[in-house]
Amino acid sequence: MKALRNLLDKLHPHFTKGGKYERLYPLYEAADSFIYTPGEVTDGAPHVRDAMDLKRVMITVVFALLPCFFMAMWNTGYQANSAMQFSGGSVEGWRGWLLALLGFGGDPNSLVDNLLLGAAWFVPIYLVTNVVGGLWEALFCIVRRHELNEGFLVTGSLFPLICPPTLPLWQVALGISFGVVIGKEIFGGTGKNFLNPALTGRAFLFFAYPAQISGDRVWTAVDGVSGATALAHAAEGGLQAVMAVTSWFDAFIGVIPGSMGETSTLACLFGAAVLVLSGVGAWRIMISGLIGAVGLSTLFVLVGSTTNPMFEIGPLWHLVLGGFAFGLIFMATDPVSGAMTEEGQWLYGLLISTMCILIRVVNPAFPEGMMLAILFGNVFAPVIDQMVLKHHIKRRLRHVQG
Amino acid sequence: MSKPRDVLLDPLFNKNPIGLQILGICSALAVTSKLETVVVMALAVIFVISGSNVSVSLIRNQVPSSIRIIVEITIIATLVIIVDQFLKAYAFGISKQLSVFVGLIITNCIVLGRAEAFAMKNPPGLSFLDGVGNGLGYSIVLLIVAFFRELLGAGKLLGFTILPSTNEGGWYLPNGLMLLPPSAFFIIGLLIWALRSWKTDQIEEEN
Repeated sequence: MKALRNLLDKLHPHFTKGGKYERLYPLYEAADSFIYTPGEVTDGAPHVRDAMDLKRVMITVVFALLPCFFMAMWNTGYQANSAMQFSGGSVEGWRGWLLALLGFGGDPNSLVDNLLLGAAWFVPIYLVTNVVGGLWEALFCIVRRHELNEGFLVTGSLFPLICPPTLPLWQVALGISFGVVIGKEIFGGTGKNFLNPALTGRAFLFFAYPAQISGDRVWTAVDGVSGATALAHAAEGGLQAVMAVTSWFDAFIGVIPGSMGETSTLACLFGAAVLVLSGVGAWRIMISGLIGAVGLSTLFVLVGSTTNPMFEIGPLWHLVLGGFAFGLIFMATDPVSGAMTEEGQWLYGLLISTMCILIRVVNPAFPEGMMLAILFGNVFAPVIDQMVLKHHIKRRLRHVQG
Repeated sequence: MSKPRDVLLDPLFNKNPIGLQILGICSALAVTSKLETVVVMALAVIFVISGSNVSVSLIRNQVPSSIRIIVEITIIATLVIIVDQFLKAYAFGISKQLSVFVGLIITNCIVLGRAEAFAMKNPPGLSFLDGVGNGLGYSIVLLIVAFFRELLGAGKLLGFTILPSTNEGGWYLPNGLMLLPPSAFFIIGLLIWALRSWKTDQIEEEN
């Protein structure tokens, strides 16, 4: 480790002002602060000195996502292995070759086989996301002479988790490019984006290439096997259709087809615990989101409908199906694009969750609504905060004048 | 008094009605999914702006200021109806594709904007050039937007296949977003970004 520090110190003069690679300082700085704690300490009176810096916040989110990563790989592998065992077929192309080399057996009951196959689909998407997104990030930092920061680590972890396993890699590259450039960089980079970049990228793909990110054919990583998501079944045939394909407990654990990281509510709950305990995620948004979803879906069950089978899906199901838990815990609580004021967070969580249930139940075009609901909430977050602040100012003004 | 040359050419890039003044966005979203409709729309708008500019300029000293907007709108509406009837008679297919958007040229802010801001204060000759220039400025942006939307959204240009799409046995997977109106927002936004990086005096000051 000493040698590494010495190497970085030896390179340092080249990147500082007047050095040979002055323009590339952000890259050097990023590498240095990624490996070591920054040497600069904030001094001067008005600053709060806290170990909770941007770096720690972002790393905490990535840590909270680890169970989702695990479930993403295991479930992707499990779904594909079960499908292959059921209907035949084998892993094709370079994946098959690589897996054979690693002693892959194709057994859906084997933890290792599932993880191997899942990784063969997940890791390429993860790598493409981070290489392409990281390049854009670095490019903008160099041009603008900003420091590269850890913000992209979170986007780069969230984006692959909300992709279906079969998403073509060029679409992954295109989606994350759109998310990073249009969703974040043109507004000034980390901390200035008003939309969640990972969701912006996914929404772009969703509207640009719907065949590869929605429907029945994309969720299981085996050629020609169709397996609709549980929500799509629900939109078709209501509660009965869902119960026919999965039990509530399976949906809670995450053994259902879906975008890779979103299926397991259990893994998301672990993340929620980490985020709330460390103070990184806003618990008010999570709680009000829960209240909104439970309230509205209960209302729909009570009202009932003879023509729309989605009405009979109760709150317990809504919480474990689709991307609701993942979106609410990891994306709605994004401190940059979400509401910041305490009262505003209650309103913001309610807005997102009721909008999600509304889209799921009432809009027949989209069986899943969390992505669009969060983006909708993002757009309204500044207005909500503004309203709360105005209210505060008005309340306090009374004391001044009175 | 401004030079005729500047009056004609400034609206192309220096004072582009869409790029700088952000006017006429509605039709820029609505009709730009194909180049063919854009060409017709552009010609129609150039005709209407230059025609209304000349007419308004001719009577600018006779019209009482209190009713000038009514007079301007009457002139513009007349011209738009002429265009609409002409298209229905000679290019019915295109007219159907453009549907209400020909009629909506009346509400295109660029037309009334030029009549108010320029034609009311300048002689007919200059006003004509200003109308043509602004029409061209509008057209350039629409053509660029439609170029990208038709090429990326359908793999075609003016109806001819450039990138053979997968539906027809080719390799190009059409980008469905490009066929939806919001994509024009992204393209216009990127265009304005490019324009303001090139002509930095167009960047608005932060307040």
